[in-house]
Amino acid sequence: MDNELIVKLENVTKRFPAGKTEFTALSNINLTFGKGEFAGLVGPSGSGKTTLLNIIGSLDTPTEGKAIVLGKTINSLSHKEAAALRNYGIGFIFQTYNLLPVYSVYDNVEFALLLQTMGSTQRKKAVMEALDWVGLADRASSKPSTLSGGECQRVAIARAMVKRPQLVLADEPSANLDSNNSHNIVQTMKRLNKELNTTFIFSTHDQKVMQYLERVIYLKDGKVERDETGGNNHAGI
Amino acid sequence: MKQEGTIMLEYKLAFRNLFGAGLRTWLNVTVLSIAFVIIIFYNGMLDGWNRQARNDTKAWESGSSQIWHHLYDPYDQFTIADAHAKVPAEYKPDIDRNLITPVLIAQATAYPGGRLVNVLLKGITPSQTILELPTVALGQNQENTEDYIPAIVGTRMAHSAKLKQGDNLLVRWRDANGTFDAREVKIAAIYKTTVPTIDNGQIWIPLEKLREMTSMPDEATYIVIGADYKEILKERGDGRQLQGWIYKDEKALLKELDDVIAAKKGGSKIVYGLLLAIALLAIFDTQVLSIFRRQKEIGTYIALGMTRLRVIWIFTIEGSTHSILAILLGSIWGIPLLMLIQKTGIPMPSSVDQAGLAIGDSISPFYSAGMILSTILLVVISSTIVSYLPTRRISKMRPTDALRGKMI
Ligand SMILES: Nc1ncnc2c1ncn2[C@@H]1O[C@H](COP(=O)(O)OP(=O)(O)OP(=O)(O)O)[C@@H](O)[C@H]1O
Ligand SMILES: [Mg+2]
Repeated sequence: MDNELIVKLENVTKRFPAGKTEFTALSNINLTFGKGEFAGLVGPSGSGKTTLLNIIGSLDTPTEGKAIVLGKTINSLSHKEAAALRNYGIGFIFQTYNLLPVYSVYDNVEFALLLQTMGSTQRKKAVMEALDWVGLADRASSKPSTLSGGECQRVAIARAMVKRPQLVLADEPSANLDSNNSHNIVQTMKRLNKELNTTFIFSTHDQKVMQYLERVIYLKDGKVERDETGGNNHAGI
Repeated sequence: MKQEGTIMLEYKLAFRNLFGAGLRTWLNVTVLSIAFVIIIFYNGMLDGWNRQARNDTKAWESGSSQIWHHLYDPYDQFTIADAHAKVPAEYKPDIDRNLITPVLIAQATAYPGGRLVNVLLKGITPSQTILELPTVALGQNQENTEDYIPAIVGTRMAHSAKLKQGDNLLVRWRDANGTFDAREVKIAAIYKTTVPTIDNGQIWIPLEKLREMTSMPDEATYIVIGADYKEILKERGDGRQLQGWIYKDEKALLKELDDVIAAKKGGSKIVYGLLLAIALLAIFDTQVLSIFRRQKEIGTYIALGMTRLRVIWIFTIEGSTHSILAILLGSIWGIPLLMLIQKTGIPMPSSVDQAGLAIGDSISPFYSAGMILSTILLVVISSTIVSYLPTRRISKMRPTDALRGKMI
């Protein structure tokens, strides 16, 4: 992998208020992710995967410790700075796709670019290219409600990728998909990871996803239990 | 972050979301469009009434302005005995040219059908054309005025005294020396007017006759000024300069009318304000619900890199777009309806007449551009405000909670 550091977590701890006491969702996480990594957070429900992705995605801040993402320290970003970081640097893929139902496939993908400064010709080209990546160029004018779950998630991937972010965060992207679609979307992401050298961080408990990961980080009770790097897992499909 | 199509994005989203919401949107829009049209209708009616009443009052009673004897007070009957003087010589030529016309008032008692009724005898030149009163009827039988005095009365007076054209009526008055005298007047014509203040309890007779009867030669209580004369008067300096006479401009003469209309407008504000409030409440409710139901969408916007301020904008614009749709819808059904009403007028029950205001058998509403524009502004601004208020909770929302849909 490249040496360029995309994410650096130093002693990241996250506590949530729980009644009179506090609940520690993450404790002392130390992790780094380099450019072009294809890594996954794995662990039982409640182990803190989503919480960690949210902090990396600047949607949340650590209670203690420091999270540096694309050179920005998450702890100290203003709302506006965090929005700009997500706008230009980070793509999100959700378990529930989170497409805008009133928009067509094309509009959904274009939406990510409308928040940026980009001419309309260039934007159109970028959107069609992104739809090509996920094989949905012919569905550009369809509404999300007419698509299958797998197709919806591919639109979401196109939306995350269209702005060519350096980092994509995918929280259980295959949890709502059947086996075929799961393979399909992870393969799509892996291909984009290689072609565009985008860093991907997943959270998953899905074996089908795990076998594609080049690095698996096991979380348990908010702590890193194991951090396995190596391409061994994805031998068989 | 300014870029091309920035505002368009908000409107595009607003319209799609609203059309996507279907029935609920159309209910809100329909109620708001009804409020919109009714506000315009109400204001149009009052403005139309105001215009009609002002025009009629000017045409029948006040002229363009008046010059009053300084003691004259139309609301105080007791002033009338003393409120008269010789018409200033300066006005003679203008009276002869029919630019202004004097009116003399005397208190009298009439005996219709044996009953006793207090009336005002008003003397006016039969050949005058400044007021719409059919005074020509007073000059028709001038040759035999020795036998009787020709008189005209309005329909209200005719009705209350049970008079018909050609009827005789005994009147008794006091002359300048306080001596009582009595004669019969003959109803030469009955006129119909929307202005009750020149009708109820009044009998119009030829001016010279009244001067003779009361021994007040050349005298008048007030002088009505025609529209043509206004400019001349301005050049010359108005009647205030004349000893013992007071100039009353249009504003002073129509003050009572304006006050009544203003009061009516105040009252109507309550009616349509209530209707508008219902429509706004529905939009407010929709906003609260949609922000609650669309937390995930809000979280997604934020994850995609939108600032909260921008998200607030999106929802505010979406809510206020109700008003734009309502104005469009209101125009579709409102314009033909309002135009039809303007053409046909709204019939007025005669009981409204008791208010003492000039009011016709029907009123044609008058829709001014300014009134329509301010109504549009009222609807857009008020619906933008109620759309904005619930969005403030977005700024308190944590994006992670919003994405999980757990905001309460
Ligand atoms: N906003 C919050 N307030 C309080 N507790 C929270 C909040 N968010 C998460 N938690 C708690 O933190 C812990 C970690 O949650 P998290 O969502 O990160 O788990 P996860 O590993 O993503 O689980 P899953 O596999 O079920 O998605 C859980 O016990 C959860 O209840
Ligand atoms: Mg999770």
